[in-house]
Amino acid sequence: MANSKFKIQNLKFGKLWIGIAILIILSPVGLILPELLKAGGAWGEWGSDEIEKIAGYVPHGLKKLSELWKAPIPDYAFSGWDKGVKSYAGYIFSGIIGAALVIGVSILIGKIFARKNGNS
Amino acid sequence: MHIPDGYLGPITYGSLWAAVIPIWIYASKKVKVILKASQIPLLALSAAFSFVIMMFNVPLPGGTTGHATGATLIAILIGPWPAVIALSIALIVQALIFGDGGITAIGANCFNIAFAGMFTGYGIYKLISSEKFKVQSLKFKNSDTDTHSSSLSTRHLIGAGAGAYIGINIAALLTALELGIQPLLHTGADGRPLYSPFPLSITIPAIMLEHIFLFGIVEAVVTVFVLLYIKKSHPELIRG
Repeated sequence: MANSKFKIQNLKFGKLWIGIAILIILSPVGLILPELLKAGGAWGEWGSDEIEKIAGYVPHGLKKLSELWKAPIPDYAFSGWDKGVKSYAGYIFSGIIGAALVIGVSILIGKIFARKNGNS
Repeated sequence: MHIPDGYLGPITYGSLWAAVIPIWIYASKKVKVILKASQIPLLALSAAFSFVIMMFNVPLPGGTTGHATGATLIAILIGPWPAVIALSIALIVQALIFGDGGITAIGANCFNIAFAGMFTGYGIYKLISSEKFKVQSLKFKNSDTDTHSSSLSTRHLIGAGAGAYIGINIAALLTALELGIQPLLHTGADGRPLYSPFPLSITIPAIMLEHIFLFGIVEAVVTVFVLLYIKKSHPELIRG
């Protein structure tokens, strides 16, 4: 019951899901435009090496904490795929992986909550 | 606006984790009451939209980049408490998988973007689009009752755009404040800052100017554009 209803709803928002897919395919625009206009990353989101260039040194605490977590796909780029067309492909793959995870977690959490809620 | 690991010292990131956990618990309780199974896809769509729209880095020529968050838009579409959940999921996946925003800073980033900025944006949207406001403004205008319905939707769009613009600026301001107080809170034995080294006099203008003049406008345009699109394709999704 819940499953069939869920599918109907999916179809209902079909156009919007296609919108998400189109956005993912277009996402390399978010890499290309900054490259063309020679813009760097976001303010205050620099790595240790960039901080050293800007501030002249790397604060101790910052260095220690910044090494706490190694993200599996840092900066939406796969290693060796960090330039040109490959970086755009990697960006799209990252978008697909990230969106899939976000959707999966949302549905999981939603199902837990909605079941407890008891309505359908 | 995604604060990385290392920029905030333990006092700040600890306090913001402590602030955001009760918000998540309360949001979960609210969502349990209001979320219907049929709305789950909408929750997932919203979270996915927020994740994807944040990949569209908008350049400040020769300078930095920024992006929209969709926070106010999502609050308008699914309500503010489900929006806390949807936006937090997107921010947490960004931090864990893509290193976009720190692990220690998840509390801070969720507080700034998924709670404070979003609720400000939603509140402004509600204020501008509310019946009360309409009645008052009609009193001043004193005529044209026949443009009622069209002026209502225009008012909603203006409210959404203004909310989105101010909401993202509030999130940016909180980010600037949190970063800027680090040199005051934590210094090493040599007197140099231990975490983010830039004072408020640098962080506030650096982050606010770009959001006031560019990224806030981008957020407002994205919000209004998507609302117009959804109004056409799925009018039942637009709540009053």
